[in-house]
Amino acid sequence: MGRSLWTLLQRDLALIVMRRQDVLTVVAFFVIVITLFPLAIGPEPERLRTIAPGAVWVAAALASLISLDRLFADDWRDGTLEQLALSPQPLALVALAKVAAHWCALSLPLVALSPALGYSLGLTGSELAVLALSLLIGTPVLSLLGAIGAALTLGVRAGGALMALLILPLYVPVLVLGAGAVTEAMYDSAFQAHLSLLGAGLAVALPLAPLAIAGALRIALD
Amino acid sequence: MWDGIGDFLAMGGHAPYVWGSFGMVAAIILCEWLLLRRRRQRTHARLSRRARTSNTSS
Amino acid sequence: MSARSIPWLKYAAPPNFYGLADRLTPWLWAGAGLLFLVGLYVGFFVAPVDYQQGNSYRIMFIHVPTAWMGMFLYLLMALYGMIFLVWRIRMADAMARAIAPTGALMTFLALWTGALWGAPTWGAYWVWDARLTSTLILLFLFLGYMALHAAADDRDKGGRAASLLAIIGAVNVPIIYFSVNWWYTLHQGASVIRRDGPSMAPEMLAALLIMTAAFWLYCAAIVLRRAQLEALEREPGAEWAQAAAAGALTREQRERAAATATIGDVGDHDEGDTLTGNTATKQEGRN
Repeated sequence: MGRSLWTLLQRDLALIVMRRQDVLTVVAFFVIVITLFPLAIGPEPERLRTIAPGAVWVAAALASLISLDRLFADDWRDGTLEQLALSPQPLALVALAKVAAHWCALSLPLVALSPALGYSLGLTGSELAVLALSLLIGTPVLSLLGAIGAALTLGVRAGGALMALLILPLYVPVLVLGAGAVTEAMYDSAFQAHLSLLGAGLAVALPLAPLAIAGALRIALD
Repeated sequence: MWDGIGDFLAMGGHAPYVWGSFGMVAAIILCEWLLLRRRRQRTHARLSRRARTSNTSS
Repeated sequence: MSARSIPWLKYAAPPNFYGLADRLTPWLWAGAGLLFLVGLYVGFFVAPVDYQQGNSYRIMFIHVPTAWMGMFLYLLMALYGMIFLVWRIRMADAMARAIAPTGALMTFLALWTGALWGAPTWGAYWVWDARLTSTLILLFLFLGYMALHAAADDRDKGGRAASLLAIIGAVNVPIIYFSVNWWYTLHQGASVIRRDGPSMAPEMLAALLIMTAAFWLYCAAIVLRRAQLEALEREPGAEWAQAAAAGALTREQRERAAATATIGDVGDHDEGDTLTGNTATKQEGRN
């Protein structure tokens, strides 16, 4: 069973790598959203520095949201999803594998890029490390929550905008904790509490979200 | 406790806030009620029409 | 799901529910109207002026009940969603769907009255306070539920997806509240908003409780009425529904329809069709 899931993970990764364009689009989106902040707010370093954690985190949340839009859509349309639902592995594990592949291909680049973007907004040294670490812990939660939305909106009219309405409210705690950790680091106060809570969120979402995703997929497949 | 209707309406200088709140609640409740009543009439009319047509056809 | 022997499942059959709602709503309307009048009287003519906030505190008599109703209705909606997902009782989905608009309106009213109460009390219509922010997010959750339910072509499917969303939302509401609360105390330090001043005068508390009861009865009445329409719209070809629409649902008709009603399981479809003798029922009942 483990092997077939591994195969699924590899297949999904291969599919995403084949469509490099998608990865590039999401990364470009992430960078452009962050670029908009200095343009809208002005170039004063002090002001940019104060909004930097929020700006990077909001951009990451939006990038995660738009990249997840089509997480299940292609597999659903060509019938692969139905095959996967009939296969012996639990659908929740299949969903987890798909989310994991998606996260590796589309969110990991954002995490890797975040220190550079944080630096451009005036964050320095350890703040950049905390930023990357908070994204590393937080974006999997975003992916897991977003995947629920992607599964719920399968085969529904106006999927994209609807998904934003469904999922962004659920992103709030992750955003608060993630951006909060970086802000704490900026004021030399304890950011570990934020990161621990973010980790707790991941620990809760990791087993529960796949069950919700599987439930939502079953509804769509019915 | 109020010195006439004018004093009551003035709400001790907080009239816009108090009446803005109570007015909005009244307006929303009234709108919800009217909209539901209209939907009810339409649904009833539609189903009654259906009942008549199915009776004549069968 | 032919567990008709279980008493409480009786009202899971749409005709029985319809009859029950017909009997209940006049009393609920009357009770709501009466309590609104009494509550407003006590609130405006018995409860004394607050020595700190003046008369603006009277907004509390509608602000607090609407805020409570918003939260309560969300949890109730999620509960009905869960009943629908687990036992596939369609009437539960009709109830959940009927609750959503009223819940959203109550949440909106809580925000609106909160803003108008905040203006004279803290000098701003809106502050990013923990309670205000989480109430706003609650409104988004209601809107998401309604949008998802309405977006699906198949009412049953939309209902299941929306129910799942409502449950996920209900699990998240405490987490959202906690995180927003934490965020707020972190950013603001001392709270701008102090609602817990000196203990409330008994007349104020009385007005508050009476108004809460009035809102509760109003919500119950309007939700039952809306759920009735949901039930009718799901089975427009059924004899009982057409009789009910004409306002002439006899007891005999209701019992006959309830005995063979489609409570929810997929297998009951054929039964429902033979009941009405109308092959189009199934299609139209779902859309």
